[in-house]
Amino acid sequence: MSEILALATANIVSPIILSFVLGLAAALARSDLTFPEAAAKALSIYLLFAIGFKGGVSVAGHGVDGKLAATLLSGILLSALLPFLAYALLRLLSRMDRMNAAAVAGHYGSISIVTFLAGSSLLAQRAVEAEGYMVAVAAVMEAPAILTTLWLVSRGGSSRVDAGLLREILLNGSIVLLVGAFLIGWLTGAEGMGKIEPFIGAPFQGVLCLFLLDMGLIAGRGLRRSRGVLGAGALIFGIVMPLIGSIIGLGAAVLLGLSLGGSVLLMILAASASYIAVPAAMRVALPEADPAIYLTLSLGVTFPFNLTVGIPVYYVLASYAIGGF
Amino acid sequence: MQMHQAKRVAIIIEAPMRKRLEDAFQEAGVTGYTVVPVLGGSGRSGRWSSEGQVGLSGGMVQVICIIRPDRLDQLLETTFDLVERHIGVVSVSDCEVLRAERF
Repeated sequence: MSEILALATANIVSPIILSFVLGLAAALARSDLTFPEAAAKALSIYLLFAIGFKGGVSVAGHGVDGKLAATLLSGILLSALLPFLAYALLRLLSRMDRMNAAAVAGHYGSISIVTFLAGSSLLAQRAVEAEGYMVAVAAVMEAPAILTTLWLVSRGGSSRVDAGLLREILLNGSIVLLVGAFLIGWLTGAEGMGKIEPFIGAPFQGVLCLFLLDMGLIAGRGLRRSRGVLGAGALIFGIVMPLIGSIIGLGAAVLLGLSLGGSVLLMILAASASYIAVPAAMRVALPEADPAIYLTLSLGVTFPFNLTVGIPVYYVLASYAIGGF
Repeated sequence: MQMHQAKRVAIIIEAPMRKRLEDAFQEAGVTGYTVVPVLGGSGRSGRWSSEGQVGLSGGMVQVICIIRPDRLDQLLETTFDLVERHIGVVSVSDCEVLRAERF
């Protein structure tokens, strides 16, 4: 317990978390601090490219082992199956209707790349290395949860997935950028990294701070506007589901034989909830579902929880399971 | 100057639906339209703003087209299925254009 508290304290006073807290506080206090939409998207593109590229370079340096395919497959399975658990848990804890429960469940099967970045940052601070291909695992975990959600909703009825939606889900911009940058990093390796390191290395933490400031603003505004939307059961779900997801992720990591860093990242992926790819797909396929419910839960409850408390907890749990403490 | 009667159709719709709406316009034979970004607003689904948004889900766009009055019904019928279940506003207003052959 003392390890978790020490790590959580160190994590909370890091610049990236404090930037998120600043954004959250500014939005809740109704400050006029805002990020232009184009600037937020540019920051997001930079972060996705940088993390994808670094992952590819890491794989080029360490080589591919047999665990790559198994870990990718595990990621797909986790993303596809976690929504079933989330759906059942949400229906148990709250009186949410099927449509909204399924929409929320999809968010918890998919992933938050910013939570992944924050976890990677914590690992870097502690000089813990992770398998470079965890970036690719993050990419493959974006979409399967959406398909599970649409199956949950259309059981016994007409399908909600058409060719256009399927293409949008699988070729979502963040997936293309993450995988593309990963492949570029893999192909060009250390030499490629040497050429662009000043751009994607040193500024990374600063850009992440600004991005988290923006995420804090969005989360704070969402919480302010959605006051009263979530009941106690849904709020409990927003905290309990990531913990359950992380434990399942840890189980998978142990079975796969991942390193401590890789295990923490897989736990984070299984624990995090999407707020970019899945909400967009839900607006197209499930317009009846209330975005205030799923966005408030994923961005206003689970994201801050993972960022402040979750990541240190997952790190300590993985350390006990894998070894490291 | 000779002016010609036309209809101006303005549809404010969720950003993720933009591509589908454009396809519906094409299907209805409307090849000229303009997509306008919108900053924020408020409606039955509450307040929203595009500020700081990374994904498409929180944003809206406005698609505007000007057509000949006799093409209005076909356009509305084609787009109705698409916009019916989604957040947004469909409005039609009278306008005048200079070069009728372009619409």
